Amino acid sequence: MFAHEFVRNAYLAGTFVGLACGVVGWLVVLRAQVFAGDALSHVAFVGAIGAAVLGFDVRAGLFTLTIAVALGMAALGRRGEVDDTVIGIVFAWILGIGILLITLLATGSHGGNGLAATNTLFGSIFSLSSGQALVAALIGLAVSLAVAIAFRPLLLSTLDSELAVLRGLRVRALAAGFLVALAIVTAESTQAVGALLLLGLIAAPAGAAHQLTGRPYAGLAVSAAVAIAAVWGGLALSYAIPSLPPSSAIIGLAAGAYAVAVASARARRGAPATG
Amino acid sequence: MSANPSLSLNLIEDIRQLTTFPFMVNALEAGTIVAVVAAVAGWYMVLRRQAFSGHTLSVMAFPGATGAALIGIPTSLGYYIACAAAALTLGGTGRARTSSRAAETAAVGTIQATGLAAGFLFLSLNHQVLGGPETLLFGTFLGISRGQVLVLLLVAAGALAALAVCARPLLLATLDRELARAGGLPVAALDVGFLLILAAAVATTSQITGALLVFALLVAPPAAAQKITIRPLPSLALSVAFALLVVWLGLGIAYFSPYPVGFWTTTLAFGLYVLAAGSRRLARG
Repeated sequence: MFAHEFVRNAYLAGTFVGLACGVVGWLVVLRAQVFAGDALSHVAFVGAIGAAVLGFDVRAGLFTLTIAVALGMAALGRRGEVDDTVIGIVFAWILGIGILLITLLATGSHGGNGLAATNTLFGSIFSLSSGQALVAALIGLAVSLAVAIAFRPLLLSTLDSELAVLRGLRVRALAAGFLVALAIVTAESTQAVGALLLLGLIAAPAGAAHQLTGRPYAGLAVSAAVAIAAVWGGLALSYAIPSLPPSSAIIGLAAGAYAVAVASARARRGAPATG
Repeated sequence: MSANPSLSLNLIEDIRQLTTFPFMVNALEAGTIVAVVAAVAGWYMVLRRQAFSGHTLSVMAFPGATGAALIGIPTSLGYYIACAAAALTLGGTGRARTSSRAAETAAVGTIQATGLAAGFLFLSLNHQVLGGPETLLFGTFLGISRGQVLVLLLVAAGALAALAVCARPLLLATLDRELARAGGLPVAALDVGFLLILAAAVATTSQITGALLVFALLVAPPAAAQKITIRPLPSLALSVAFALLVVWLGLGIAYFSPYPVGFWTTTLAFGLYVLAAGSRRLARG
């Protein structure tokens, strides 16, 4: 399997995208910001379409718009925490702009056949070039390192923002910085797993880790491990079964891990609490 | 458009033009039904802070439609089945069962991603039927048949009736869960019941607006209404009025312009919310 270059590229990019999603995702879940990640992934999609319409580099479009919206979200919310309703309204509008751009793309000189849009929505990890894979891996590694360095202040500001303020931490700046890190992961992962399926790699491994352990560093490790394992397993499965798209296989495995974690956590607690 | 519509200053003439073609009449009727049901269900959704769950239900249209195409059942049936299944899963893992908001968002996100992954799998197993996923995601406002309008009307009436029956207990359970539970209300059942009603509303709406743009109708009009007043009945009425305004204006403008309905409705809805939020800030001084 590894004799093929496209498989090696997919594994290189997928490993680090998985690492970044696992690490960032653990904090995303802790901060209950999965919806923000979801919104950013849709924004990334619109950014890619916009870049295609204007004739820019797709990657530049993805990153610019996603980071801009992340900063906007941070500015709108109190202490950088945004209301779900505001997120919903803003991203519905950005999607509306997306459909306008798709119309422009379809009628414009680019003659879009929808393939670019489909790839952005669902990813095409098996068609990465070695250069693209390397860039994806480096960005994933850089974001993971940045979050790891800022992990303690981020954790404190999430769990007890008053105490964090008393300690002299700049809670707002941390929240904005974290949203930007999330935006970078989103924009990058869009290339690999696609804008819509990225959410699964952010939410499921981290959700599983939160079910299994409450200790921060152990949780972070479990989350990253589950995300990377889902990517590796999903790629192998998809290679073995050609009709199974890699994104579906990866998300399927990640969601399976989450389901197992929830079930085992419930079994340990005894009978599940009733509403 | 076949007849080269042109906008004039004469409003009556413009409306006559709008209703010349049967497809526009169908679109306006469907849009009206959808606006009412989305505004009412969305009002509760915004109050309950379940926008993420609502969005998750709305993307279930994608696996619903692709799955329906794969096994050869009507698309709208696929929508309802997928949305109802997602609502039950959300109800089983969501609010009632999880202790924290963090666990809730992880569960909702995972369910959404799984649905999308399944939809993508169905699509790749069945390439020839669908031109591209964009039409599913962004809707076909202008290709609605009489039969579809009738189905929409029935489902919307059912969802509204169900919501009317549990309106007061649901409001209490939303505003104060502990009090509602102490008062003997089945809070967990209300959670699941509301998600099912929301699923029906979303499945109905997304056939018209597309899976991704449901949100413009489901979130923005109720949120704008709640910015202006929080008294339930006036706020609900305002929400419906806003949604109707967005749909009618959106369809009207789209008819006379080369740009898609989805763009106009989302932009109008967003503008409305910004106006409502801004006016409240002004009123507060």
